[in-house]
Amino acid sequence: LHLHTLPVMSFFSFGQSAEIDIVLNDAETRKKAEHKTEDGKKDKYFLLYDGETVSGKVNVTLKNPGKRLEHQGIKIEFIGQIELYYDRGNHHEFVSLVKDLARPGELTQSQTFDFEFIHVEKPYESYTGQNVKLRYFLRATISRRLNDISKEMDIVVHTLSTYPELNSSIKMEVGIEDCLHIEFEYNKSKYHLKDVIVGKIYFLLVRLKIRHMEIDIVKRETTGTGPNVYHENDTIAKYEIMDGAPVRGESIPIRLFLAGYEMTPTMKDINKKYSVRYYLNLVLIDEEERRYFKQQEITLWRKGDIVRKSMSHQAAIASQRFEGSSSAEKALAQAQAKEQEQ
Amino acid sequence: MADTIADTRRLFSKPQNLNDAYGPPSNFLEIDVSNPETVGVGRTRFTTYEIRLKTNLPIFKLKESRVRRRYSDFQWLRGELERDSKVVVPPLPGKALFRQLPFRGDDGIFDDYFIEERRAGLEQFLNKVAGHPLAQNERCLHMFLQDESVDKTYTPSKIRQA
Repeated sequence: LHLHTLPVMSFFSFGQSAEIDIVLNDAETRKKAEHKTEDGKKDKYFLLYDGETVSGKVNVTLKNPGKRLEHQGIKIEFIGQIELYYDRGNHHEFVSLVKDLARPGELTQSQTFDFEFIHVEKPYESYTGQNVKLRYFLRATISRRLNDISKEMDIVVHTLSTYPELNSSIKMEVGIEDCLHIEFEYNKSKYHLKDVIVGKIYFLLVRLKIRHMEIDIVKRETTGTGPNVYHENDTIAKYEIMDGAPVRGESIPIRLFLAGYEMTPTMKDINKKYSVRYYLNLVLIDEEERRYFKQQEITLWRKGDIVRKSMSHQAAIASQRFEGSSSAEKALAQAQAKEQEQ
Repeated sequence: MADTIADTRRLFSKPQNLNDAYGPPSNFLEIDVSNPETVGVGRTRFTTYEIRLKTNLPIFKLKESRVRRRYSDFQWLRGELERDSKVVVPPLPGKALFRQLPFRGDDGIFDDYFIEERRAGLEQFLNKVAGHPLAQNERCLHMFLQDESVDKTYTPSKIRQA
């Protein structure tokens, strides 16, 4: 007689099965962040940062109360991994931590296990892209002879930066000889995700009939190395900045608020597996639909929530910008002195 | 409470010269294809079209010019540009070989309606091509538009401005 074992044992309610539930200790207070899944849906996950301790509880609930659950050990893992869609079998784990919760034995009733991963390194930001995915998750596993029971809980990691010390503007003259010369300027080269791009396009020579000008934000995801490099370009935004024909000497302003677009920080050579870069693409279109364009890379970074300064300090900064006079500077100094007193 | 307010004031720009602002723009280029005339007799008949050009672009030697060309001259121009320039040359209106077959009920390729359709297509073709910055560098384009006649034995070359 041959007993045919099926992968899902619980079908036959032989033995015992269990449900696993992972709960973070600070679930009540910890913020959640929205993150796109591979099929484009948006979901909310707990938000963690680099260096933070990850602690919580694993609740194991027996499905058939009264029956024992034999197991080969219970553990919890914290994993950070990169998955290239064209090579699904290979997960590249760059963070892999394990905590044993129970030695091989048996559970006679539902039980809760505490866990704590201290000061976990989370060097990269969670990313779900067109050809690659980087994710962090907790995975609790009850090992058994025939089939394990496991539960995963995804979390999202954001990498924060501070204001860059050096943030020069981008200013360049480009064109087609004797035909179209422009000078474009963007106020910074590094923008945070809720920043504003302030710039201008100055026309030095216009011997074409331009009908329209727009600025596009292009995201380029690069996967693979050496001869197998693959670039996936995606135009995230198209923003018309001029409608009509410009002439020499005209200056067209640019003011593009980034907060309205779904973007990630610039990611360079993450674990030597992929990069995500952003470009501003300035496009001019003439009367015969011919397109002239100039692409320029910008660096995007994620700003942390700032500690709120006092109202008077904020107001003083604002007035200084618009008046630039000594009275405004005095107001700023006064506000600063007041802050220090408090 | 809002984050620190971003500075969104416009960048400084030089005020525009009034002459630049209100003077004629330096991109004036107008090409008309008109006045079709059928010349010759019998089987050797063909139609020519007047090509009138008005421009202020420095790359054109003459600011005004008027020449006559036939359909095969347009075909020649298109062939030269496809070969020598990196331009994706737009198509010409059709050759209409079927119109040259005998026993037609109408005037074939000398039919008024057909000539008008062809004239409009040739005008559209020339405006697209002559306005292209890369096509403007080709000697064949300038010869076609402004020389008395097209010399098909010419040496193809690029125009370079001083």
